[in-house]
Amino acid sequence: MKSVLPIAIVLALATGYGVWYRRTRGKVVVKTDKGLITQNMVGVALGSRATLVQFSSAFCSPCRATRALIEDVTAGMSDVVYVDIDAEAHLELVRQLDIRSTPTTLFVDRNGLEVGRAMGAPKRDQVISAISAIK
Amino acid sequence: MNQLLETQKISKTIDARGPRFAAAITTLVLATALATNNLWVVVLQAIVFAIGAFKGPQFTPYAFIYKTFIKPLLKGEVPTEDVRPPQFAQSVGLLFALTAIFAVAIGANAIFTVAIAFALGAAFLNAAFNFCLGCEAYLLILRARSK
Repeated sequence: MKSVLPIAIVLALATGYGVWYRRTRGKVVVKTDKGLITQNMVGVALGSRATLVQFSSAFCSPCRATRALIEDVTAGMSDVVYVDIDAEAHLELVRQLDIRSTPTTLFVDRNGLEVGRAMGAPKRDQVISAISAIK
Repeated sequence: MNQLLETQKISKTIDARGPRFAAAITTLVLATALATNNLWVVVLQAIVFAIGAFKGPQFTPYAFIYKTFIKPLLKGEVPTEDVRPPQFAQSVGLLFALTAIFAVAIGANAIFTVAIAFALGAAFLNAAFNFCLGCEAYLLILRARSK
């Protein structure tokens, strides 16, 4: 039975990681000390109340879903701006803001301060409550 | 990678359930490889990875099994996804499989075990947790390369 041991180890580690992965992806967390986000960095004027900055990449299925969700949620919110950035084409910015995986969505207030970020595809209610928390 | 992106700018979409089913078969095959230390199982899996990486994940034998036997049983709307994320995952799988084969060739059995273990872990995560390897790994690779 010695040969089954590596499989058991791999599956146990992967399951642990998978449970953590499922729990953390999409959750909006606060990350500070990244400096202010400016119009220059994201290429669009910031929203008068909030700006959502999503980082996407080519090899990322949930990026498309996240984009569709946020576009849908923010449609009709005139004080919220949404921008989807190709991470690969903006590696400097990616490093500056410490983006590690895609999709990562930053929730930014009117002053350019990041008040939260979601790694992975957030759920609809997570997006809505993160936006409404920005005054 | 950049070239791959350029040539596939107008990307195709495929049935998103196919790659996940294929990952389940891949998990079984790689687990067999790990348990038996059998090089030929890895060679076969490497061929499947190569088809998935170069031609597309919808053309592998596993995708054929999915289309022929599994898909007809499934009801409801077909969830689609960009073909590039699973294709990226197949490329990474191919890299690990080739590493394992190379390890056997030079007699480094520990490297064989580690390479197959990583590939098995990724395939299992994909099948069980819908893990997106491209989402987690690609940006880190880019960041590490361009430092």
